Amino acid sequence: MWQRDGGQLFKKNFFFSFCVKRAVLRCLFVHFLLHSSYQLFVINPSFLCFRPALLREQHYQYLKKGLRHLSDAYECLDASRPWLCFWILHSLELLEEPIPTAVASDVCQFLARCQSPTGGFAGGPGQHAHLAPTYAAVNALCIIGTEEAYNVINREKLLDFLWSVKQPDGSFVMHVGGEVDVRSAYCAASVASLTNILTPKLFEDTTNWILSCQNWEGGLSGVPGLEAHGGYTFCGTAALVILGKEHMLDLKALLRWVVSRQMRFEGGFQGRCNKLVDGCYSFWQAGLLPLLHRALFKEGESELSRQRWMFEQQALQEYILLCCQNPAGGLLDKPGKSRDFYHTCYCLSGLSIAQHFGNMDLHHEMILGKEENRLVRSLSPLLLGSWRIIRMYFLVPVLENEKKN
Amino acid sequence: MFASASSVKVAALTVNTPSVNFNLKYEKEWADLEPVPQDDGPNPVVKIAYSEKFSDVYDYFRALLKNDERSDRAFALTAEAIELNAANYTVWHYRRVLLQALSKDLREEMRYITAIIEEQPKNYQVWHHRRMVVEWLNDPSEELEFIADILSQDAKNYHAWQHRQWVIQEYKLWDNELKFVENLLEDDVRNNSAWNQRHFVISHTTGFSDPAIVEREIQYCLSQIRKAPHNESAWNYLKGMLQDRGLSSPPGLLERVLELKETHCSPYLLAFLFDCYEDALENSNQKENVGEEERKDILRKALEICDLLANEKDTIRKEYWLFLGRSLENKSGSRGPSDKPPEPSDPASGQQEMS
Repeated sequence: MWQRDGGQLFKKNFFFSFCVKRAVLRCLFVHFLLHSSYQLFVINPSFLCFRPALLREQHYQYLKKGLRHLSDAYECLDASRPWLCFWILHSLELLEEPIPTAVASDVCQFLARCQSPTGGFAGGPGQHAHLAPTYAAVNALCIIGTEEAYNVINREKLLDFLWSVKQPDGSFVMHVGGEVDVRSAYCAASVASLTNILTPKLFEDTTNWILSCQNWEGGLSGVPGLEAHGGYTFCGTAALVILGKEHMLDLKALLRWVVSRQMRFEGGFQGRCNKLVDGCYSFWQAGLLPLLHRALFKEGESELSRQRWMFEQQALQEYILLCCQNPAGGLLDKPGKSRDFYHTCYCLSGLSIAQHFGNMDLHHEMILGKEENRLVRSLSPLLLGSWRIIRMYFLVPVLENEKKN
Repeated sequence: MFASASSVKVAALTVNTPSVNFNLKYEKEWADLEPVPQDDGPNPVVKIAYSEKFSDVYDYFRALLKNDERSDRAFALTAEAIELNAANYTVWHYRRVLLQALSKDLREEMRYITAIIEEQPKNYQVWHHRRMVVEWLNDPSEELEFIADILSQDAKNYHAWQHRQWVIQEYKLWDNELKFVENLLEDDVRNNSAWNQRHFVISHTTGFSDPAIVEREIQYCLSQIRKAPHNESAWNYLKGMLQDRGLSSPPGLLERVLELKETHCSPYLLAFLFDCYEDALENSNQKENVGEEERKDILRKALEICDLLANEKDTIRKEYWLFLGRSLENKSGSRGPSDKPPEPSDPASGQQEMS
């Protein structure tokens, strides 16, 4: 099965095929565990190849269609439509697929309709503003990056909205009358940073609140007291990075926790200790390693690698390419699950992180499989909201009124 | 943000209404209200192919919202809208406004939200709504039992645990929680949520300062480890509980772990040993009675474990264990072949040794 060309080529690719075989076995085993009764071989034709392939064309078609039309199965995301824009646009960006000008403009106009008259963005036209679709909308507009896109955002009102959800203890509710958890701090910090409306007063006590989410496990929980969880850990850590306060975390404990979340058999990451692997944690968890690398470096750590992140990059790429692709396009949680745009976005984001090590000065690539699998270097600066280029469009300071002082 | 997108398939199954396909515009009750279609603009993106019922309900919901109508028919419609999309936080917010404006029966609302959560336990809005109703009633009496029921179906439901911790803390319902946790751990000793709850209860009641409590917890951990040696949760709990006071502080712990190493070894045990040695080295800086020979010996053992984990026992974390080894060596004054002192933090001139 592995000997496409036989002889010399087989020998040269023996290491690849061995790794692929191991990952295939992993994948099949996981699939068996979950769905012992059926559909064993639905999955991936690239099993038959000696080099796993990212199904670029299929993913592109899936994304292109979704950006316009979604089936009624998506009714449950009717209050998250800016998210759909972000997940799809970010995926296209990673695949280096250009966004046609007309489509980009249509997205701008749609997101403008999602903007609330009182500031911030809602899950759909006519709904109330909420920090999650606000994050999604602002980041989607920054991906589009045209003047039309930047002009959609009403910065003054956005600042009003952020103040309206700020709590006395430093946390933020997700929407007026809504729940608190650490996602809100990240959403707020990200959009404030990207649109250049971030002030120390707005995030007064937020740092301490986020720090109180780091628990006995070393990771962060959604609110103080709960279990450490990959999604919340990413949000809390990234928020602190934006605020310049990541050094206040117990970085060593956090590092130990996150590296322990990589599954030694599957190669992907779990969200919490003793739970199952899920493709989306390829970003939420693995995405912490670049953040920690930089944070430790800034703290004077001299023994950091100059070539690799502190997780098994090859194993993660294997998991994503061999277990998380739908042959008809789109990516997913684990074999047997359905594809969706959320998993497409975060599996691809994780793949990019696993392929590229480095910062401004250093860059080291490790592409598993075909060269064409290479994705754009993960735009973590973008997701963190610290890109100078974007902020150049938002040079005008937004003055806070007396109410906030 | 995290799990909701993957519940697309689940939603498609639960929202199925094979029965009456009515149109509100044909209902006398709604004749006075002009429905408001969704304003997606002339060239929509991410356009969802709503069912006729979905469009109908939400067109009328938008009309009610626009007029800020506070009526029983509005209240009834929120239930329809919620059934079609329980994640629509705007609808939930409006329902709460109506609950108060119409002085609705909150006990009945508790019954309603109980049923909804049973159907859709992984939704943020339903749990937040329940919390609001409990707060308004100032009555947590049903909560622990209800949450226990949800946890019996999914013992790790994050929302359920969040609600449970809120109720316990707000209404000071600590008394039986440790027992509850122990029962869950008997069901599944690998339930990390239960281990977390154990830490939560103890840290908010007796605390971890009392040596008797610490010893009890150590015994508990070690006995669970003997039953399931490859349970990461138990090892993490042991370390997590001790790390602030120092892993080498409980007397005889290192010895007990070394004993376990013979028969119940695991990558987690080895990592714990490493942490003990590292802690001992850090504390030996302050103690004069730890001689240079002893320090060197501890360092050697620690580095041996790093090597073992990196190359044999925990290879998925090879990069990490190699880093820890280099870092420890560097800190402890035992320099590598280059004999270079640690560099200060300076991105411009950052010279790092090749890994």
